[in-house]
Amino acid sequence: MFITWALIQSALELGIIYGIIALALFLTYSMLNVCDLSTDGCYTMGAAAGAVVALAGHPFLALFAAMGTGILSGLVNAFLQTKMKVESMLAGIIVNTGLYTVNICIMGKSNLNMNTTETVFSMMKDLTKDTFLESYSKMIVALIFLVIIAILLALFLGTRLGLSIRATGNNIAMVKSSSINPAMTTTVGLCIGGAMTALAGCLLGEYQKSVDVNMGTGMVTVALASLIIGETIFGRKNIKVRIVGVIIGSCLYRVIVAIALRFNLPASALKLVSALIVAIAISIPAIKEIIALQKTKHAAMLRHRELYQKGGR
Amino acid sequence: MLKLMDICKTFNKGTVNEKTALNHLNLEVKDGDFITIIGSNGAGKSTMFNAICGGFYVDEGFVELDGQDITFLPEHKRAKYIGHLFQDPMKGTAPNMTIEENIAIAYLRTSTSQNAFLSRVSRKEKEQFRERLAVLNMGLEDRMKQPVGLLSGGQRQALTLLMATMVPPKLLLLDEHTAALDPATADKVLDLTKKIVKENHLSCLMITHNMHSALELGNRTLMMDSGRIILDIEGKERDGLTVDGLLEKFNTGAGKELDNDRILFSK
Repeated sequence: MFITWALIQSALELGIIYGIIALALFLTYSMLNVCDLSTDGCYTMGAAAGAVVALAGHPFLALFAAMGTGILSGLVNAFLQTKMKVESMLAGIIVNTGLYTVNICIMGKSNLNMNTTETVFSMMKDLTKDTFLESYSKMIVALIFLVIIAILLALFLGTRLGLSIRATGNNIAMVKSSSINPAMTTTVGLCIGGAMTALAGCLLGEYQKSVDVNMGTGMVTVALASLIIGETIFGRKNIKVRIVGVIIGSCLYRVIVAIALRFNLPASALKLVSALIVAIAISIPAIKEIIALQKTKHAAMLRHRELYQKGGR
Repeated sequence: MLKLMDICKTFNKGTVNEKTALNHLNLEVKDGDFITIIGSNGAGKSTMFNAICGGFYVDEGFVELDGQDITFLPEHKRAKYIGHLFQDPMKGTAPNMTIEENIAIAYLRTSTSQNAFLSRVSRKEKEQFRERLAVLNMGLEDRMKQPVGLLSGGQRQALTLLMATMVPPKLLLLDEHTAALDPATADKVLDLTKKIVKENHLSCLMITHNMHSALELGNRTLMMDSGRIILDIEGKERDGLTVDGLLEKFNTGAGKELDNDRILFSK
């Protein structure tokens, strides 16, 4: 069969884990209006730190270790942006570049193998052994994390601090005049985003049982694609709908990629496919507009011709 | 309550574009003063406001509010005491957020403790917001869930005014806040300003290009030119003044003749 359930299932599992990164970008990119390009490195750092701790026998502590590193990365990024006035994109690139070395230092080499290590996924698999849930154990773990994060994020964005973060991305002058320090809101936003990204990295490392220093390359594009697919389909209504949209966007993206790869494409084509999907997803609103304008023009032309023929003869 | 002492500010120092915006400026605002400020473009009116609210730090001199030296206090900290409205109605509100969310942020100024940051807006507070909005008489209280971007300029400015005074500041700075509105809406926002200033006994500085409002509103009028205050009138002297008289004073004060077609104010 061309598309099997197993294929969709693993796509969904990945989509759910990557959904956490998409939500991180939803916070920093859509809400805070900061283009955080440190995602790639931050994601790998979470995976690396998590793997080191998991290999030491603490699969749960690994998650917190990962989030800790994510917060650190966010702090450095925010410091550069708010105190040193480095352009947000540039700050992200700088942090990202530096993190490559940091990640190798954390792991001690450029990749780690966790084949026999206990992870949150293997624990769930043991827990559900011999029940009908066994084959879904990975998805259950991923879903638990995603749902908790999505709910916390939605709740957080409704608090005064969350509102302040949204306002920072919307109108920074207004934030200052409401006696909120925009440097503080930016820092909090980037730290939370970093923690989420790193957590997703840690989960993915445990999921695929290996961590490589290059695993994060292009991750920001993938997360952005998910975010934009979600926002294009679901629009920009209220926060809750948008969060659900981003998650569905992430799963949809993975399914699209899985299907694309079924066309006997080599694995190296994945990045090009990602780039194409992002480009198309971002272009959809503009394409819609162009089509609408052409229709209006065509209708106007017909009417004009009609009037001219009546009046002319 | 507010003291500006010997304030200097020069932009682009040491370049060909060097511009002395504030030139040894002194001003003392008394409690409850409602001061109108006039002056041509580039006279330093908005720059003075920025010096007060902390948009930049001054090169020389001191800013004092209620006896406290705030010269190097960052803008967002001063905002606890100073409300600021701009000419551009877009500046004071976050367009993608709802009316309710905007007010909730403005309302944050009340909270002093840090954990208030993680609190949510309560039902009771929402009800309070509604009542406040109803005072504007623009029907905004029924549109609390709509993004502010959908409001007209006048509505946004009225909302901004409400937000800036939600928690009454010590000092309210109005930078031509009605200049971008149509005459009827401008009148409405101005009436609202008067009402809010009076009810809360705010001290207020208002920049205007309308000579009539300059004389009609408030209790004191300043005239600025080249980064200095060249005229400061109040009391009897001000009561008897007409628009023509004010213009004449401007000419003598500025030490230069303005020919009629270069008159910079609308009468």
